Parts: sequence; structure tokens; C-alpha cells
Amino acid sequence: MAVKGKLARITGPVVVAKDLHGAKLYDVVRVGEEKLVGEIIKIVGNECVVQVYEDTAGLKPGEPVFSTGEPLSVELGPGILRSFYDGIQRPLQGIEEAAGAFITRGIDVPPLDHKKKWDFKATRKKGEKVEAGDILGEVKETDVITHKILATDSGTLTDISSGKYTLEDTIGTIDTRKKKVPLHLYHRWVVRKPRPYREKFPPIVPLSTGMRLVDTFAPIAKGGTAAIPGPFGSGKTVTQQSLAKWSDAEIVVYIGCGERGNEMTEVLNEFPKILDPKTGKPLMERTVLIANTSNMPVAAREASIYTGITLAEYYRDMGYGVSLMADSTSRWAEALREISGRLEEMPGEEGYPAYLARKLAEFYERAGRVKTLGSPDREGSVTVIGAVSPPGGDISEPVSQNTLRVTKVFLALDASLAHRRHFPALNWLNSYSLYTETLDPWYEENVGADWPKLRNSAMALLQKEAELQEIVQLVGPDALPEKEQAILLITKMIREDYLQQSAFHEVDAFATMTKQHRMLKNIMRFYERAMGAIDLGIQLKTISSMKVLEKIGRMKEIPEDKMKDIEAIYKSIDSEFDSLKRE
Amino acid sequence: MKEYKTVSQIAGPLVFVDGVKGVGYNELVEVTLPDGSKQKGQVLDITEKVAVVQIFGSTSGLNTSDTSVKFLGETMKLGVSEDMLGRVFSGLGEPRDNAPKPVAEAHLDISGAAINPYSRAEPRDFIQTGVSTIDCMNTLVRGQKLPIFSASGLPHNQLAVQIARQSKTKDQKEEFAVVFAAVGITHEEASYFMRDFEKTGALERAVLFLNLADDPSVERIITPRLALTTAEYLAFEKGMHVLVIITDMTNYCEALREIASARQEVPGRRGYPGYMYTDLSTIYERAGRIKGKTGTVTQFPILTMPGDDITHPIPDLTGYITEGQIVLSRELHRKNVAPPVDPLPSLSRLMNLGIGAERTREDHRGVADQLYAAYANGRDLRSLSAVVGEESLTDTDRKYLRFADEFEKKFIMQGQAEDRTIEQTLDLGWELLSMLPEEELKRVKLDFIRKYGSRFREGGAKAPAPEKEENPEAAKEAPKAPSKKASKKKTRKKSNKKKKKKK
Repeated sequence: MAVKGKLARITGPVVVAKDLHGAKLYDVVRVGEEKLVGEIIKIVGNECVVQVYEDTAGLKPGEPVFSTGEPLSVELGPGILRSFYDGIQRPLQGIEEAAGAFITRGIDVPPLDHKKKWDFKATRKKGEKVEAGDILGEVKETDVITHKILATDSGTLTDISSGKYTLEDTIGTIDTRKKKVPLHLYHRWVVRKPRPYREKFPPIVPLSTGMRLVDTFAPIAKGGTAAIPGPFGSGKTVTQQSLAKWSDAEIVVYIGCGERGNEMTEVLNEFPKILDPKTGKPLMERTVLIANTSNMPVAAREASIYTGITLAEYYRDMGYGVSLMADSTSRWAEALREISGRLEEMPGEEGYPAYLARKLAEFYERAGRVKTLGSPDREGSVTVIGAVSPPGGDISEPVSQNTLRVTKVFLALDASLAHRRHFPALNWLNSYSLYTETLDPWYEENVGADWPKLRNSAMALLQKEAELQEIVQLVGPDALPEKEQAILLITKMIREDYLQQSAFHEVDAFATMTKQHRMLKNIMRFYERAMGAIDLGIQLKTISSMKVLEKIGRMKEIPEDKMKDIEAIYKSIDSEFDSLKRE
Repeated sequence: MKEYKTVSQIAGPLVFVDGVKGVGYNELVEVTLPDGSKQKGQVLDITEKVAVVQIFGSTSGLNTSDTSVKFLGETMKLGVSEDMLGRVFSGLGEPRDNAPKPVAEAHLDISGAAINPYSRAEPRDFIQTGVSTIDCMNTLVRGQKLPIFSASGLPHNQLAVQIARQSKTKDQKEEFAVVFAAVGITHEEASYFMRDFEKTGALERAVLFLNLADDPSVERIITPRLALTTAEYLAFEKGMHVLVIITDMTNYCEALREIASARQEVPGRRGYPGYMYTDLSTIYERAGRIKGKTGTVTQFPILTMPGDDITHPIPDLTGYITEGQIVLSRELHRKNVAPPVDPLPSLSRLMNLGIGAERTREDHRGVADQLYAAYANGRDLRSLSAVVGEESLTDTDRKYLRFADEFEKKFIMQGQAEDRTIEQTLDLGWELLSMLPEEELKRVKLDFIRKYGSRFREGGAKAPAPEKEENPEAAKEAPKAPSKKASKKKTRKKSNKKKKKKK
């Protein structure tokens, strides 16, 4: 704490400090006698404007302000997973131990446990040349995740050895010719600075989410970006949580940004109980939670998004696929607006600062599938899925619009679907993905060659349904020709038996791409045969009372290991239609 | 204590004091007016020289020469104690019932502190409010914050009173309390609440904070916080289950806007300050359960939607923070349905935690979903039949139409004095569902239809009329109610007969 200044003005979460000589923009400062954490966000002459991450009640002008000379950073090392942090990476469990059930001020708890001993296995040897980003060794962080220790500098390894270490211990040294850098199991990284990588890859691998609507009609690519806007009560959080639970990412970073306290508690209670379908271990073993509930200090909300994405990038650099859920980016934007207002900046649209678009773009741009620095060669990805809470559900507002400009997948939550208890309440016509075409080759190779065709024709039917519904509204369904009535029957099937998915059903909550393919194939087969049958003069009434319809309705409840049962329905459809013809 | 006579500017509720030293942000202030009367205030903005003080009260009569300002050296605190039960206070926490101030057991900061999400426990104890639309379809649980979205002219106060009176949990032994905060409501409304609390004896277990319409609007910022500080103390220190009713949050938001504009802040949507979400959350989030503590704080805020508009910033931001909402409908009110709770836009996010075999009954979820779906379908068909005429609907569709009507008449409609147990409510649901063909009931398990539903169906075992287990207390209070019920029973029998005839 080299430089000491003093407080000149306090107005809410924003304070002004004087005489902080040499302080730089975005340096972290400690404010007042209680040493509250803050960050310099503006410098005017001798005055620094500081946003304080804690409640500022009782601060007085004249109290000291200390500059740490370092920007807001996070600690990166083993122990991050299974943690539950606040917006500036303070462990909430540690805060409870220090202060009880209510969060009080001026608590200083290190993000990682510095006393715990980790078993470090060096994979590189003394005397070798290393580059920044090289994997030097491994630590078993949880039952399912091996934490790779990365070199922070380039040079010669003059010393490294396996053994049991705490974070404080030196595990080796790198000689960079200029100086000797001691190595630890952890290092610090500035949250507002993206971690470097070697090369960004195009998005050609899908993130399997297990949610049929998403995987089929609006697929998200690994390393891609998606936005979920929706009014309250439309199931944003349930959708986010389902994506966090079932997507095939190896690491999940879940940021509860300005949301309900009880909701975070629910995540916290639930994730350790959910068993990961792949590993059989609790989901929490590969998850880190960040919570800044709506009543926690607003400035820390602004930081929570950056804290989260920096942790995500760190695991990406180890070669993992990370998915980051931010719920909700609107609260983050509102935090920006609040602070901007306190700075008396000229407001842009709806009072949001003019730099909102830039900040949002910068954030989403930190997603991607990349070739990381260092050796061995490895590939990691950060997929960002951000929820947006537009006021009144109207997405013409600035946060939604600016988000949609940078994200490639749009999952449109629809309040009217939610009201009808159609879950996930995602509107199939409004949702889109710009990855669909780049992902098609992957689907053709790994799921089924007919996948793009099936998907497109199913979508075309849904589109047709929307048009037909308008007519039905006017003249009633009976006025439509048989074929069009049959389309309504099929689309009802697609909507209810395929798109509707219960997040709470043990089997239905998750569907692999293969299961989705078989299911859709059956439905589309039914469509083809039904059209054929009508051409042969069979009545719609006969078709709509077919026995196989019930089997199709229960397809979603068939577990993955009985895929043959789903495939068998294909034959049942054919045989039942064949028997119809004979009659 | 520092006292200054250096007021340089007065603008609305804001007073600028020059030359101050050693004054802290948010510190409490006592202002002595030229006529000797005293007002309280709070520091909103402080620099090395000037302090901006927000006065909780009227600033008329203030001037720059004879006003003295005393900084009290601490943030606003409330002296709390168990003796506050049964008492009535002003919006600033002064006794309003001519009795002396209770001796404080602790002095607590009224802005409170955020509950650590790690320390929270999931709310899951079912509260039976006796109102079918809430108990069955939008279940309230202890520790939840569930607002009533109302509009001017709708009977939200009656509903609030009914809930406060009837709310109970399965285990009645636990201590409970009601904390009531009136924010800018009229004398008439306030006395309605007081009378009802007194009549039912609820007043003994209640703490009332009243800021009425003619009290200074700035006070409204403080009133809910006093109520919640009291509630937190009673819940987390004294182990009580506290129900907090705050009415009307719209007045709170208006006061917030008034102060923001007096401070010449950049306005957000519709002139409300940009930080309104954060500000509201510091009220609503003060509800919940804490691991290892017996008490709970359950919040029941009431707000009136300006112009019946649910997308207005006040209901909108509230809905993003609270765990659901109970929406009152003008249409139902006009049809004389009381309480006019519209189940379709209403929602309880924590419902799943509080229902099921161990907490209410195993068929609860299914019945709720089925009623919801059937009513929604009936309402859709209502608008369709308005266009194409009822004749062109199918038989099943007509059944749905009738179901929607009956549902409104019997299930939603229950009157102020009727206290239904959850079993009565669910049975009533089954009875109504018996109007629909069994194949249509896709949202309930078949076993449940057999177990609970079939006795209401043709050929099933005869159903015991749910009204038999009438709540004697409710009957005593409202002598009119039984006759009403009796007539209802008749109509129900009639409709059964009709059905038989048809078949």
C-alpha cells in the first residue's frame, strides 16, 4: 500500500479520493479506516473517482484511501472449482465463517485456501526450456477435473519438483535471463484483460445441451455465444440452469448477477446433488458459482461478469471446454448505468451509458474455441450463454438489442408459452442460430446424414402451422382441407411430443443428439406416411386415432439405453399405415 | 455532537449545509426549524465542505438563516424489542398509540445487510392461506416474497387482510407475528386494516408502521425498512415466523422518483431512477430463511399497477426480484368474483418446494397443472367462440367453456370469510375437473384420478361435500357466509342433476 490519499466526497457507491499520486485507472484501492475494496474508474486532475464494492454508509470525507497499485485481479489456482464466490472472488463460505449469516463490510478472505496441501506432479523436467502457457504439471483438483499448472513466464526451468505443496510454497523456478521467477501453484490475473491464446477456430462443433429445441432448431456452437432474453416468469433461470446441468461442457461457470438470493441458494443446494451423466459424480465437482444477488453492492455486480469470464478463460487455457452462464446481463448493464449516473456522465439511450454496446461486445468477444498458448498443443473453448431481462419483455430496449448484435444464437423465451405451461418456453419460430449451417457437417457425420433435411422440413411445417393458425382463428379448423388439418396434427406432435421437455423429469430432462435424431425421424416418417395415406383417400379421423400415436407421445420418456425401442417405433408407424391401406 | 447553522440552500426535501466536518455518508441528522420543531434527515451526499441532507418530513418553514442542523454521528437505527408486538408506530418509528416507546433490546441499522446466499436455507414450508387460487395454484411458502399486483379500485386490501387472518401452517405451535407497513395509503384504508386486526385479535401479534397519504412522502423511503428491520429481529433473533405486509409499494416508488428528481439525477424509464431495481431489491430481498435459525420472514407486498399495466417499471422490476406474483383481474372483479385472483398470469416460483405428499397432498401438482391448463384452454375458447359462435365448437370444447365458467364461480370465487383447507381446495378442484372427460386430464397421473378424482365422477363413490368441515370461526365472524354457501351447495347439486339428465 504505497500511496495514501484521502476521501473528498461520498455519494452512494461512488466516492472521490484526493492526492492518490501515481494511481492508475482501474487500480484497486482500499477506502476508509475499514479498508473497503474499490476500483478507480475515472481520474480528473488530482481526484480519483472510485467505485466501492461494499456499502459506503458512515464513510467520512478525510478518511484515508490506499492505492494497491494493482488492477482488480483474481487468484487462479487449484481450489476454484466447487467454490461459491461473490462478485470480486471472495468466497461466500469464508465470509459466513468470518461474519455470520449477513454480509458485513471490510471482510478480507483470500479466494483460495492457502493452507491446503495439493499433490503436485511435475510433467516437465529441470533444465528444459518452457514458454508462457506451457503445462508444467498437474494437480488433482476434484474427482473429475485435473488442474494443469501453467507457466507464467518463458525461460529455462532451473528447478521443479513433484510433491505436496500449499499455494504459498515454491514449486520451482524459471530463469528468464533477466530474473529468476519463483513458481507457485497459483498466479494472479487482471479481470478486465482477456487471457491470450494462439489462434481462434471457427465454430464447427456443437455444444450438446440435451434440450431438443436448442440442439435441433437453434444449436449453440462450442465457443459460441447465445442470448436468452425473456420477461420475468418465462423461465430464463430454469433454462439457464438446465443448460448448465446438461450441456457437455467440462467446466461450468455460473454467474448469478443481480438475481434472487433464494435462486442462488437453490443452485447451491442442487448442483452438489445432481449427478453428472458422464462421470457419475456430482455436477459441483466441475462447477464454480459466482453470486452477486440483487441486494449486494452494485459495483461488485459490474465486476462479477469479468471475474467469471476470467476464471472460464483460465480453464480454457488448460484445454477444457467451458460454458459460462451469466444470469442476467441486464442487471450488469443496469449496474453500469447506475455507476454512470453517479459519475454524471451524459446518458445514451434509456439512461444507459453510451459505451454499453462496446462493453457488451468486449465481453461476448471473450468467448471462443481456441488453440491455447504453450505446449503440448491443446484446444479449449469458452461458450457464453447470457440471459437478458428486458423490461416488460420488450426486446427493443438497448441491452437486448446490443446483445443480439454480437451473439449468434437467440433463444426467444415467450411468456405466452410459459403461461400455457409449455416448457421450455422457447418460441421455435423466433429463436434462431447463425451456427446452423457451419454445424451441419458435424451433424451429418456424427448424428445422421439426413439431419439437416429432417430439421428443415420440421421447421417448414411449424412455419406453415403459424400461417394455418391464422386461418383457423377466423374460420375454425374444419374449414381446412384434410391435408392441412393433418399438418396441424403433425405440428402438434412436434410441439408437444418433441419440443416440450420437462426439466424435472428424470429421463426427459436430457436427450442426446442421437435420441433427438431418432425421435424427429419417427415424427417426420409419420408425416410422410400420413400425407401418403390421405392421398390414398384414408380419412384424417382414422389417422388421428392410430395406436402408434401414443407410442410417439411417450418417446421422450424412453431412456437412452433403450434406443432400440425408439427405433422400433419407426417400423410400427410403417406397419400400422400399411394395415390401414389394406382395410 | 456537531450542530451547524450554515444552511445554504433548500430544494424540495433536500437541505445543503456548508462548512461541515467529520460527517459520514448516510448519517442521521436532526434539523431544528425556526419555530423550534424538529425533523429528522439523512446525509445523501457529502464532500469536504458541503453535506446534502434529505429531510424525512415537510421542509416548509425551513429557512437558511435560523435553521440549525445537528449531525448525530450514526446511521439511522431502530430500537427493536419483542414488546413492539401489539403496537402502532408512525412511518418513522415513533409510537402512534399514545403509549410510551418500548424499551429497546437492540439498536439495528435500518438498511440491514444482505443475507449471504451461502447461509440461506431453501424456503419450503407450506403456508395455508385458505384462499384456493393461492393455496392450490400459486402456493406460498415460508420465507417467500410474493407480491399482489393489483390496480386501483380492486379489493387487494381485503385479500391481504384475509391472508393475514387465515394464514397458518400445519404445525400451529410455532410463534408467528405480522408486521404491517402502510406506505402512503389513506386513513380510511389504514383504519380498515386496524379494525380488522383488532376484531380478529391479530393485533396482539402485530407491529404496525403507518405512513399515511398526508404524511411526508420522503418518510416512505424509511417505513418499509423499519418494518423489515423489526421483522428480521423477530424472526432471526426471537425465532418467530413473521409475515410482512407492505402496502402500497407504488407509493414507495413515487417517493423514490420524487427524491431523485429533487437531486436532479439522470432519470431512467418513465422518470424513475436508474437504480430503482437495486433499491427495490434491498427491500424485497429481506425475506427468507437462514440455516440454523427457526424464524422466517415472508413478504407480501402489495402494489397497484398504474393503468393496469404489468409492464410498467414498478410491477416489472418487482416481478424480476420477487418469487412470483398474484395478479388481480379487473375483469373478474367486474363479474363479482372475489377475490379476483387471475390464475393465468399469477405465479409462485417456490411452489414446487412447498407441495407434494409430505407437505400438502401427492396430487397437488397434478391438480394445479390440470386446472391451470383447463382454465387457460377454456379462456382461449371463450374468445374463439366470440368469433365463430358456440355452435361451431366441438363437444369437448363446449365442456371446457362450461368448465371455465364454473371454475370462476366456484373455485376462484370464495368470499372474504371462507377459509378453505388445502384438502377442501383440492377436492373442489377434482369436482370441477369431473366436468371434463377423463382422457382430457393429461396432466394428472392416472392413479390420482382413481384415488381422488373418481368419487366426483358419474358412477364413482359419492363424494363427501367439502363444505361439511366448515371452519367454525369463519362462520362466527361472518354470519352471512353460511347461507351463501348453502345456496352454493344447492346450485352444485342442481348442476349434477343436469348432468345426469343429459347422459
